Amino acid sequence: MSPLRRFLLVLLVVGFYLLHQDFWFWRAAKPLVFGFLPVGLFYHACYSVAAAAVMWLLVKYAWPSHLE
Amino acid sequence: MIPALVVFLYLGVVLYIGIFAFRRAPGRQGAEDYFLAGRSLGPVVFLFSLFGAHMTAFTILGSSGHAFHNGIVTFGLMASSSGLVVPLALFLVGTRVWSLGKRHGFMTPVQMFRDRWETSHIGTVIFAVQAALLVPYIVIGVIGGGTALNAISGGLVPYWLGGAVVALVVMSYVFFGGMRGTAWVNTFQTILFLAFGAAAVTVIGAGLGGFRETMEALLASPATAPLLTRERVPPLFFFSYTFIPLSAIAFPHISIFCLTARRLQQFRRTVMLYPLCILAIWLPCVFLGVAANRVTDIPQIRDKIEARRVLATQGPGLSTSERDQLRTKMAADDVVLLLLGRYAPIWLAGLLGAGIMAAVMASDSQILALSTMFTEDVFAHYGGKARFGESVQVHTGRIFVVLLTIVAYTIALRFPHNIFELAVQYGFSGFAALSPLVVAAVYWKRSTKWGALASTVWVIASMAAVAVLQALVPAPAPGPPTVVWSVGGIDVLVRTANGTAVCGLMPVAPMTLVSVVLLVVVSWLTPRPSGVTLARYFEPPKR
Repeated sequence: MSPLRRFLLVLLVVGFYLLHQDFWFWRAAKPLVFGFLPVGLFYHACYSVAAAAVMWLLVKYAWPSHLE
Repeated sequence: MIPALVVFLYLGVVLYIGIFAFRRAPGRQGAEDYFLAGRSLGPVVFLFSLFGAHMTAFTILGSSGHAFHNGIVTFGLMASSSGLVVPLALFLVGTRVWSLGKRHGFMTPVQMFRDRWETSHIGTVIFAVQAALLVPYIVIGVIGGGTALNAISGGLVPYWLGGAVVALVVMSYVFFGGMRGTAWVNTFQTILFLAFGAAAVTVIGAGLGGFRETMEALLASPATAPLLTRERVPPLFFFSYTFIPLSAIAFPHISIFCLTARRLQQFRRTVMLYPLCILAIWLPCVFLGVAANRVTDIPQIRDKIEARRVLATQGPGLSTSERDQLRTKMAADDVVLLLLGRYAPIWLAGLLGAGIMAAVMASDSQILALSTMFTEDVFAHYGGKARFGESVQVHTGRIFVVLLTIVAYTIALRFPHNIFELAVQYGFSGFAALSPLVVAAVYWKRSTKWGALASTVWVIASMAAVAVLQALVPAPAPGPPTVVWSVGGIDVLVRTANGTAVCGLMPVAPMTLVSVVLLVVVSWLTPRPSGVTLARYFEPPKR
């Protein structure tokens, strides 16, 4: 793996980790997404879906095939 | 009683799968086949059984109970952070553990530590600490089983009997089926409890009169509106919770499951789908736990809300025992079960109850892991295998399964406790603080056995210190915590209503950070392992 690709992937993971600390929705319940999902809960549900996308990128671009 | 009968039928199916898998297993007398399913699990069974091993009673009962009192913050505390940290740990560390296990024949993490750091007795110390931390996690399964069967049967099956039935079923298929039986049962159970979430939300949502109306009503009340935000948990405390999922890679049962994959490719799908699996089970449970605060027609839930109100408003004026009694009344691990009992049709309540039991019974992989560790790290390491043979080793593992189940059941009877708190404080925190050992073993050449020992001793000492502190300083009422130690106006150590905080962080954060520091500093001060050993770990294998 090239150093640039490694750097970008590390940056992606660290940046994504920081997005978990979403202080901006801390005291907000509204809007209720779809009419019933508090925005803070909706954010973290979306975060989980995005985590799957981050894992897909890692598997695609940084898979440790030399370990097989 | 019909839901309970459906659950008993489910337990029968589980037993059949576990023992059936044993009968089909070729060469079943070998230790590697019994303890690791012959390192032969395919992609689907590997994903579902690994996920099922990680999710426990804590997932459905503990999460909804925690959300009932603390609100939506529960999802961010444990689920979304796990959705990033756990698959990342499997990707970075689990794949390497699998590779080393395959190359060098390891069956437990301690075998790897002993070989990697050229040590014997320090490995035994690590085994003892891992075993001590794993037992509470096994106890959680028994508590969850007793709680679930008691609630599903409407109180007809007492807690002690429910716990005994679950413990007996789990013990039986682990005893006969070993890892192969456990993996197939876990796969069946994971599919069941993943389906549980969507079905439970649909049924209970209709029963509550619609989630839109429920959320609007919660929002309109000053007592419940904060549950739809995260204002009850400080951001710093929230941040420190992200250390907890690090425990996944240090859990012996997860490490051992990593060794069961047939090929490295099996990790690909597991890593990518893990966050979605967590979302599928945690989101419904947290949401239902919060929504339960709107329920007015279930007396047990009304009593919990009332006990919480009394504790919040009159708590400081009450004695410690009165506060403890209120906390017992507030215990909400059964809240989803109560919702199902009230709103689900009887036949569906039984099926959904079986889904809950599926998550509750995840203690199987922990029991098997501890049995594997005992037979490999103690019995075989100290000459038992060489002296008595592999067949006796497997029998020893089975006897250990029985003894361990009896111990866990006895503790669960004497020490019923809130599932979430028990898991976080003693299971997750300890293993999270041990995670630097696994990372150092596979990534850091300079790490040494003395660094590993320093880190391990620190973990068990800090766990004991937290337990002693919480025994000596009673939990205060909700509100301002009890300050135990303050320096220059900064509260360093406080006793909170739910546990302990260090500089505003959960104890797991300083425990893990100090564990890293000790590992690094002591390793630098002590001689590294020989070049031959390092070459076996850090140079590409010769083909």
